[in-house]
Amino acid sequence: MTTPTLKRTPLFDAHVAAGAKLVSFGGWEMPVQYTEGVRAEHQAVRERAGVFDVSHMGEVQCSGPGAEAFLQHVLSNDVAKMAIGGAQYSLLCNEDGGLLDDLFTYRLGPDRFLTVTNASNHESDFAWLRERAGDHDVQLDDVAGAYAMLAVQGPRARELVQQIADSPLPPRMQAAPRIILGREALVCGTGYTGEDGVELLLAPADAPAVWEELLRRGALPCGLAARDTLRLEVCYPLYGNDLSTDRNPIEAGLGWACKEDTGFVGSEAVRRARDDGPEQKLVAFKITGPGIARQGNPLTGGGEVTSGTMSPSLGVGIGLAYVPAERAAVGETLQIDVRGKTRTAVIAPKPLYTKETDG
Amino acid sequence: MAEAGYPDELLYHAEHDWARLDPADPGVATFGVTWFAQDALGEVVFFDPPAVGSSVAAGEFYAEVESVKAVSEVVAPLSGEIVEVNTSLADTPEAINEDPYGEGWMVRVKLADPGEADSLMDRDTYVGTL
Repeated sequence: MTTPTLKRTPLFDAHVAAGAKLVSFGGWEMPVQYTEGVRAEHQAVRERAGVFDVSHMGEVQCSGPGAEAFLQHVLSNDVAKMAIGGAQYSLLCNEDGGLLDDLFTYRLGPDRFLTVTNASNHESDFAWLRERAGDHDVQLDDVAGAYAMLAVQGPRARELVQQIADSPLPPRMQAAPRIILGREALVCGTGYTGEDGVELLLAPADAPAVWEELLRRGALPCGLAARDTLRLEVCYPLYGNDLSTDRNPIEAGLGWACKEDTGFVGSEAVRRARDDGPEQKLVAFKITGPGIARQGNPLTGGGEVTSGTMSPSLGVGIGLAYVPAERAAVGETLQIDVRGKTRTAVIAPKPLYTKETDG
Repeated sequence: MAEAGYPDELLYHAEHDWARLDPADPGVATFGVTWFAQDALGEVVFFDPPAVGSSVAAGEFYAEVESVKAVSEVVAPLSGEIVEVNTSLADTPEAINEDPYGEGWMVRVKLADPGEADSLMDRDTYVGTL
């Protein structure tokens, strides 16, 4: 099932000890779930606190006098708007506006930024950035090996991490160095579950002790399966499923993360897509009867499902699909071909799950 | 989830399915999946049953089970005609995990050839393959 070429995070032994089922993901051997199972893990994050090992994600450090100008050139969002200690979601596009990756960038200093990449894109992202750094006074470092990353998520996540922190944690969408359990960490008020929480960037050698302490204090270890159901309920796109080089940010509903006036690589194509309107749009849907749609299932009349699962919170099949723009309105009915059976779904507002109505 | 176990009174197919011959009528059998299969699947969230009256053939797929992450097809251990499906699995598919030999049964089948049961494994033979 697994091959020796898969990379392992510093928490691999901890996962095995916790009874994880391990799978190959983006070149890494990662926990997909632990002994309590995906439903319990999902619920723990919605109601209490869970901790994910996301050390497979990559990091690129960009520093030097030209760092801001360089990132402004390659990232879709307005990097200059980020204050020191700020965090920003942005996209990496090719010249045609095709999506190369979606990224979080943290501004650590006036001339120093840290960008977190998706595991499967990390090497190609870094090569892409290097190729375009030529004229800029910037130093790019692949620092993926220098960090382990833990995502502590859920309504009680901050409280748990605060108990072992030296000073108050940064608020949502901010990042700051803190001492966590006596170890240096970059604490980021970010996550990908739709819950409050923090992400901790740590030296690899420090990660196991922090992980164990979080479990001891009540965080449930959570795997990739729960990460997927959590992000899908709140309609966060996943690169490789919902985002690809064949899609542009406007189709994907990520126009809010694109500031074409900055002139970033791909901005002209994005501007055209915004002005002309996309042919297809990424919508969220709920299956109205039994069944679950999956990635790759085609829609009658064009379009396809890019992510699909059973929602643990809602108890119905949910997903994201690209739909012809003229039929992409909330309330429209979709017919999905699920391995030869037609399943009916309805386009629903994003996010599919909100605490107020469903929690 | 249930504890690992493989009842003595069942017959087993290599694709991790079981058949229970009806003690009152050996021409009818109940099918389900083994503890090993449900453990490999993870938490089942949907069971898509075949139609009552449809035919199944030993070694062929007759139903789908979905866990959160994946779809798997269920292989028939014996051939015959579906006479009943476990409709309660529509609301409680997790019974396949929690009670794979009881509440998690999938279909009842009128066997085409009761003699076909000789091709299945007994408990110890099946457990030896795991």
